[in-house]
Amino acid sequence: MSTAIAEKRPSTLRGASLPKWAPYAIAAGSVALGLGISAAAGLNSSIQWALMAGVLFVLGTYVIAARVEGRRQAKDRVATALVWVAFLLAVVPLVSLVWSTVSRGVKVLDFYFLTHSMGLISDSEPGGGIYHAILGSLEQVALATLIAAPIGVLTAIYLVEYGRGNLAKAVTFFVDVMTGIPSIVAGLFILSIMLMFDMQPFGFAGSLALAILMMPVVVRSTEEMLKLVPNELREASLALGIPKWRTILKVVLPTSIGGITTGIMLAIARIAGETAPVLLLVWGNSIINANPFEGAQQSLPLYIYQQYANSAGAGAAYDRAWAASLTLIAFVMILNLVARGIARWKAPKTGR
Amino acid sequence: MAKRIDVSGLTAYYGSHKAIEDISMTVEPRSVTAFIGPSGCGKSTFLRTLNRMHEVTSGGRVEGKVLLDDEDLYGQGIDPVSVRREVGMVFQRPNPFPTMSIFDNVAAGLRLNGSYKKSELSDVVEKSLKGANLWNEVKDRLNKPGSGLSGGQQQRLCIARAIAVEPKVLLMDEPCSALDPISTLAIEDLIGELKERFTIVIVTHNMQQAARVSDRTAFFNLAAVGQPGKLIEIDETERIFSNPSVQATEDYISGRFG
Repeated sequence: MSTAIAEKRPSTLRGASLPKWAPYAIAAGSVALGLGISAAAGLNSSIQWALMAGVLFVLGTYVIAARVEGRRQAKDRVATALVWVAFLLAVVPLVSLVWSTVSRGVKVLDFYFLTHSMGLISDSEPGGGIYHAILGSLEQVALATLIAAPIGVLTAIYLVEYGRGNLAKAVTFFVDVMTGIPSIVAGLFILSIMLMFDMQPFGFAGSLALAILMMPVVVRSTEEMLKLVPNELREASLALGIPKWRTILKVVLPTSIGGITTGIMLAIARIAGETAPVLLLVWGNSIINANPFEGAQQSLPLYIYQQYANSAGAGAAYDRAWAASLTLIAFVMILNLVARGIARWKAPKTGR
Repeated sequence: MAKRIDVSGLTAYYGSHKAIEDISMTVEPRSVTAFIGPSGCGKSTFLRTLNRMHEVTSGGRVEGKVLLDDEDLYGQGIDPVSVRREVGMVFQRPNPFPTMSIFDNVAAGLRLNGSYKKSELSDVVEKSLKGANLWNEVKDRLNKPGSGLSGGQQQRLCIARAIAVEPKVLLMDEPCSALDPISTLAIEDLIGELKERFTIVIVTHNMQQAARVSDRTAFFNLAAVGQPGKLIEIDETERIFSNPSVQATEDYISGRFG
């Protein structure tokens, strides 16, 4: 008599599964197939084979996974495959943009380029620099921020902390409307005022138009950040007998200051690249004008446009436009990094 | 310095919804009064009317009188900010200010009210933390963030913060519901000590806790969902739990609900 050892039953929890390298193999296979098909059909656009490879990757994943693992796992893998394809489609233009800007921008980007203006050099000749454009951009953006950030933050505080009833609804509505104002319209609005008073173009006029564009962005982001502050904190503070305005100043704002700063920085990044209002109101200038309140100024996006448009195809002007583009991207990038740094530095601490 | 509270004919609304109706009671100074009753019966709402926190909620308004030592909290020209300095509050979930250190949390009430002398601040903080039985645990890390403490410690930090401004009355809205039994015990012991100095009102869902810590107990109930909550009875805790005069109270306490 021996006790029969029960035969091990097949596990209901474990099924057949594709090896870890399967997705990579399918990807490589679809790329090869995509290349092969386009070569065979005599297509020479790289977009075609890439799109074909993407479709083949998704289909191939489904078919193979469905045969080996079953339909449910196949759907899971297809979802993953779609996410990857979408990610690549989004990254390809970004990488190619950064690549072409950097590769063409570094040609003339040097210390001299950053510290000299165009002066009397004509647009089609080599030489010159963007110091006047950097200076103008910085001044115009800084002035716009000085106007838009306080108004935007205070509006958001009103909407979140005090706003009730029709006035708050009206403010929210107009902020929404302002978000949709095209930059050229903001420029025309300021221009119409300037024409009424018979004024000449100057940097601050551009700042005003940029401030109009920046304000709704600041209001929106600050509003979201203030809404994230838990109501318990406000109540805790009020219950201590702290007046509402001090509660907002000392409890609500410090808790959300990281997010608010990030929002303002991103709004700055958004207006730093605006060309249309600057073109209308600041005009552009090839010499250094450090005074934003009088006389035409230059700005980086406008400089890029003018180098490209007015140079009659001269290679030197193209190089300068690319170098200025690179500078502008770097400026925005640095702002974003600073914003992240501030957000991390000011985030409520949880450490022990 | 503890004060008596006399409530008469108090009705509170959220917009057009009547949350509690016609409540009258007296809360004795230097005693612990517990509010018990089913969820939604208006215990917390009533508690919040006692320091005018109810009106912070949008649409919140109140009819009736709340006398704090003969002064009507809802009278003409009464500043809700001053009311809240006299009547402090501890909330259900610990809510230390996340941007502030332990020291700053306790000092927040004084600092942000602007009514303090610099030299006294650290004394007040030490006294309040000792009063909340937290001093020994945090005295070496007063400048660390308050959110790094455990839940029970955070709640005691909030109590220290509330008593640092020397209120006359301390309202506690289910202060132990988010805490483990040991932290609960620590806070119940603390309530026993604090009642020597303050008038304490505590809302709790824990009947044993009400029996353990309170001198008087008030039972609230509501007729049906959507109806306003009402005060059924208030009496010595011992009587409420042994021989209540209303059948509904006995049903609730003994678990024969509804």
